[in-house]
Amino acid sequence: MNLYEYEGRLLFKKYGIPVSNSGLASSPKEAKEIAERINPPYVVKAQVLVGGRGRAGGIQFAETPEEVEEATRRILGMTIRGVKVEKVLVAEKVDIEQELYVSFIINRGGRTIDFLVSPLGGINIEEIVKEKAESLLRQEIDPLLGLQEFMMRKAFKHAGLSKQLYGDFKALVSSLYRLFIEYDCELTEINPLALTKDYELVAIDSKIIVDDNSLYRHPDLLELRKERVRFKSDLERKAELYGLSYVELEGYIGILGNGAGLTMATMDLVSYYGGKPANFLDIGGGATKERVEKALSILLENNKVKVVFINILGGITRCDEVAQGIISALEKYGVKPVVVRMMGTREEEGKRILENEGIHVLDSMEEAARIAVELAKG
Amino acid sequence: MAVLVDKNTRLLVQGITGREGSFHTKLMLDYGTKVVAGVTPGKGGSDVHGIPVYDSVEEALAEHPEVNTSIVFVPARFAPDAVLEAIDAGIGLVVVITEHVPVHETLRFVRYARYRGTRIIGPNTPGVISPGLAKVGIMPEKVFKKGKIGLISRSGTLTYEIAYAISKAGLGVSTSIGIGGDPVVGLDFIETAKLFLEDDETSALVVIGEIGGDAEERFASFLAKGGFDKPVVAFIAGKTAPPGRRMGHAGAIISAGRGTAAEKIKALEDAGVRIAETPSQVPQILFKVLKYLR
Repeated sequence: MNLYEYEGRLLFKKYGIPVSNSGLASSPKEAKEIAERINPPYVVKAQVLVGGRGRAGGIQFAETPEEVEEATRRILGMTIRGVKVEKVLVAEKVDIEQELYVSFIINRGGRTIDFLVSPLGGINIEEIVKEKAESLLRQEIDPLLGLQEFMMRKAFKHAGLSKQLYGDFKALVSSLYRLFIEYDCELTEINPLALTKDYELVAIDSKIIVDDNSLYRHPDLLELRKERVRFKSDLERKAELYGLSYVELEGYIGILGNGAGLTMATMDLVSYYGGKPANFLDIGGGATKERVEKALSILLENNKVKVVFINILGGITRCDEVAQGIISALEKYGVKPVVVRMMGTREEEGKRILENEGIHVLDSMEEAARIAVELAKG
Repeated sequence: MAVLVDKNTRLLVQGITGREGSFHTKLMLDYGTKVVAGVTPGKGGSDVHGIPVYDSVEEALAEHPEVNTSIVFVPARFAPDAVLEAIDAGIGLVVVITEHVPVHETLRFVRYARYRGTRIIGPNTPGVISPGLAKVGIMPEKVFKKGKIGLISRSGTLTYEIAYAISKAGLGVSTSIGIGGDPVVGLDFIETAKLFLEDDETSALVVIGEIGGDAEERFASFLAKGGFDKPVVAFIAGKTAPPGRRMGHAGAIISAGRGTAAEKIKALEDAGVRIAETPSQVPQILFKVLKYLR
């Protein structure tokens, strides 16, 4: 789960990491009111979960509450890389002497935690790596030992800050690490971390990604997640309700598979034969008739879907259960051309059920993909 | 010969009394795997399909010192504790079937396993099968015919698909290892490939990767260093996956433009790996490289 900047700031505050005064607004009027409560000059920032908002005009500066109102009017409703801006953060603009970069991130390959520091902040990390790789210090933290003092000393030296700031730096970095561990994060990043003209360290932006598998032990985040659902499409919301793994795409061939890898390979194969997948939909292992019916209903209700391609390799999943689910979904949610490839546990029974209803079942995934593409092209 | 699991495997099932644990214990027994004991805290003294159940790994090992492998079916919230218990008892190989384990917990038990000399497979894996010898997992055994191809995969059903294609073509599998679909797993492509390199019964390797992370890229740099003299064929899933969206597996996500199928395919090709564009091309390419070897 990716957190919005303002959500990350709330966690920073909770952990004693200094942030500038700010407020969240969803209308120009609200934004003006926030500006009147805090000190000028101001910065108004679009709250979206995609990168590149600065270049898209999603960050604007203002001197007066009226200008904040104006800037908010311009930013709200803006679409940044396909995402509509619904909220802005109004913050006090910080007088910056130097911008730094600090983060903790899970190192998948090393099975450790990376502690990253660069004296060059403000631009995204990929650019830092590309342009000035030597400016980035990477230290690996043993997950059983945690962050060590010597690592913070090394990071501090690398950051090139003046000596009297070590206490503040250490406190900030330790807090960020504590947040990273206690909130089961995949990433906690401060970029930029500003050194102000008054020699204070202030987090200007936040980027936090929390491990989805750990959300059960973070009730506060589960609440936030509930609100997220409204940003999704109706069908995505429905899929989430059913506990299905579903991602909408641009194409017109509906895909339903069991297992993430097989479902992705099915999408790829459709594309290999010249078709365009409309979605990723994984019913998982051991799906019941009801689950198949619900899953298929999502594809049948999607107007963009011209043909449905169902690819099942039965292990724990039983082909007869799937077949029954297909039949009842088609009865309830209307008929669309369906191409079924089915193999494995109870394959014969499954095929019989479908063929009795006039649905031909194929053995080869590739042949099925070809036929699905032909059907869709009419 | 085979790798990780074979005729000498003596298996402990953690979470044996649960629905999945008991169901798959039966299937593994039917396959011929030597399941010798099970553990479920609080259920000690009972039995599942004739296999004695103990309250703890320690108690199970006291009665069955021959145990050398454990399979974990324990639900995600309790799985890390179960894995640590198995490592602590000195079991050499722990296969973690459980899905949805918090990633920080995995980081800790994988690290602990390294210090204690235990090999971890998973989490979020279908397990390991050496056809004809032993099955330590949940895969449908029918698609795995005995043969000389080593299989390593981040996926479940896609592995079955490709194993089936290999078997149908008249080739077969020496051992198939699901390394797991999570961002952090125990043994990775490199470590499992090294096992196959030393296995006389494995003549070629099939690697099944997917979007997200850099496990395939790291494997490619390992191969590029040279010294790996068995042919490798790879299939990568997720060429049509959009960035920023998680595709089923916790680990399958293109983030900040990294971890795309195209990058992985390029890295592997540069390292001399033959890429199959469709599952059925895997055996076709294998035939070519194996003929070339002869």
